[in-house]
Amino acid sequence: MSSFSGLARATDPIDQNKATAMENVKIAAEKVQVFYGETHAIKDVSIDIRARTVTAFIGPSGCGKSTFLRCLNRMNDTIDICRVEGRIAIDNEDIYDPKVDPVQLRAKVGMVFQKPNPFPKSIYDNIAYGPRIHGLVRRKSELDDIVASSLQKAGLWEEVKDRLDSPGTGLSGGQQQRLCIARAIAVSPEVILMDEPCSALDPIATAKVEELIDELRENYTIVIVTHSMQQAARVSQRTAFFHLGNLVEVGDTQDIFTNPVDKRTQDYITGRFG
Amino acid sequence: MALSLLLLCLLALSALAYVLARGKAFKSAGGDIRLLHSLPGYYGWNGALTVALPSLVVLVLWLGIQPAVIDNSVASMISDHAAGESNVGLVMSDVRRIADGLDLAVESGAMTEDYAGSIHADLTDVRGRLGSLGVALGSEVTQEKMRAAQAYRSMTATGNWMRTGVVLLLAFVGLAISYRRADKDFRARNFVEQVVKGILISAALIAILTTVGIVFSLIFNTVEFFKLYPATDFFFGTTWTPSFGGGSDLGILPLMWATLYISFIALAVAVPVGLFAAIYLSEYAGSTVRSVAKPLLEVLAGIPTIVYGLFALLTVGPLLVEAFGEGGILGLGWMKGGTAVMTAGLVMGIMLIPFVSSLSDDIINAVPQAMRDGSLGLGATHSETVKQVILPAALPGIVGAILLAASRAIGETMIVVLGAGAAARLSLNPFDAMTTVTAKIVSQLTGDADFASPEALVAFALGMTLFVITLGLNIFALYIVRKYREQYD
Repeated sequence: MSSFSGLARATDPIDQNKATAMENVKIAAEKVQVFYGETHAIKDVSIDIRARTVTAFIGPSGCGKSTFLRCLNRMNDTIDICRVEGRIAIDNEDIYDPKVDPVQLRAKVGMVFQKPNPFPKSIYDNIAYGPRIHGLVRRKSELDDIVASSLQKAGLWEEVKDRLDSPGTGLSGGQQQRLCIARAIAVSPEVILMDEPCSALDPIATAKVEELIDELRENYTIVIVTHSMQQAARVSQRTAFFHLGNLVEVGDTQDIFTNPVDKRTQDYITGRFG
Repeated sequence: MALSLLLLCLLALSALAYVLARGKAFKSAGGDIRLLHSLPGYYGWNGALTVALPSLVVLVLWLGIQPAVIDNSVASMISDHAAGESNVGLVMSDVRRIADGLDLAVESGAMTEDYAGSIHADLTDVRGRLGSLGVALGSEVTQEKMRAAQAYRSMTATGNWMRTGVVLLLAFVGLAISYRRADKDFRARNFVEQVVKGILISAALIAILTTVGIVFSLIFNTVEFFKLYPATDFFFGTTWTPSFGGGSDLGILPLMWATLYISFIALAVAVPVGLFAAIYLSEYAGSTVRSVAKPLLEVLAGIPTIVYGLFALLTVGPLLVEAFGEGGILGLGWMKGGTAVMTAGLVMGIMLIPFVSSLSDDIINAVPQAMRDGSLGLGATHSETVKQVILPAALPGIVGAILLAASRAIGETMIVVLGAGAAARLSLNPFDAMTTVTAKIVSQLTGDADFASPEALVAFALGMTLFVITLGLNIFALYIVRKYREQYD
């Protein structure tokens, strides 16, 4: 299987080679197929995702980008009729190997969802939730530190430090989304998956979250699904374009947006469809 | 005119109004539906409703008021003379029976209308003649009653004629108005909409007014009771020994204690089992299991409580005696007979399982999928997610469900009548027979109860106490559900 990792894909051979050669690969997906019952949702997708980089998945609605994202932390396991084939490796470890516990995996690969979904608990308990269930702390003071540092990293600390006991659901939409990002950071993941994290936010909140994503890049590998091509251009270094379940093209964001190889990519980013 | 004929007339007039109004509106638009403000059917309905509604309302009011008015005026004719020997109410019911008998006699041709109106009780054996027609009269017909009955008949007849006249007049006026109004610019659709709204409002009012009526009937009788029996003895008395000869102790405490004790045991059974069943069904069960298991669980809710009572009496009671009774398997000898607090509590708990599980299941399902995703996405296991995210989010609703189940447990009757025993007792032993508030309400009111004695009236005070407790629980449940509901919205 490992011999596949060096193989170039037909769409973008030069770029692919460059990627594996020059950058350290965090996530390697090979020939991934996803089926929802009879529907073939993801067809033969192979992609390498680089460490400490923001990779954007773009494409029209229903193209499978969210589905593929959810494969990366096995969230699709929670859907009964969903079936995943192929190999996805994080740090060269197959995450679909029977030995891998999806629960452990999800601690390593955090996720932020489309709609902010804070738990109906206090802000403090929202952040402390992950560390508590994973037994990351021994003392209350350690937990306090994690909560504070996670909120600081998410840029929310100044806004909420005086009301950590008030419910997380009482925050504004943008604050809630940053709370969810802080919650994901609190378990010290290596990868953060974001599924259209700004689609429910206004432009100002969006700008804050984007800024945050850019800062997080230093320490985390980030994969973001977005409908907004401007957002992809703003926050990501690498961009992958999905269409009808196929990965059409992947490359440096700049190249994809200025000089796309595939006609479909060009049509999409110039707004001819999608 | 007979009532049924009158109703038939109204129906016919409404139908006529429908056809006429619809036709006129149609014609006013020159046969082009697009020129009408509303669809032609609305003009028709407008006509039918204008005819039927006012006349029906007047008819219903008339039916309610006329007997009362006639009763009053007839009663004033006899009260000074005949009331001396017995109750006015009894005399009046005699008068009504005579009047009905005369009606029957005229109808069957045994008397002419004139004869029935002029018949003299001192000269004719009215009782015998009516008896031969199948109308049995309890006492001898005096001329006094005879005159009253004749007045009753003639007033009823006049009243009925007036009723028919007024109702039909209203119907015709309605017909005329609706026919005049049926024009292409008339907003028939809006009018019909208003009427529909009115009908819905009156349906809601009926439910509310009934509740108010129930409360008032309880309150009046409870006040009666407290006039005869001191309230402090009732609320703080620890003995319950009613005797219809008088001098009974009517303390609610032993009954209340048993009620709460049994409800507590029932909830101790129903809450964990029901809640766990709900969690399994909503979180773990596959769709096939769920589609079979949920209806099956809800079948439990459809079993009449008397059947549960039989189950308690015939199965659970003897089983418990075998285990805890004298010479039982455990050799404890705690239980004297099959009927006990424990028996009733266990069976009532089983009865409440579907109640708790079905409500909790709905509530757990209402927790957004985003909550589960968020928790699973952080690397929580399924049971951690359920325990730490879903249950806290659903808790207010679940507490509401439990409180509703509690108010059902407190009000439950048949299971305790059959399963808990009949002795009022203050005891801590759950294997003793005790009796509850509801069971005692039944026993105080069955048989020939004299509604002027405290022994019978106490039932209303008991009912009122239960009502207040369950109402309080329900309000508290609603308050809890409301207060925390918006947490995850």
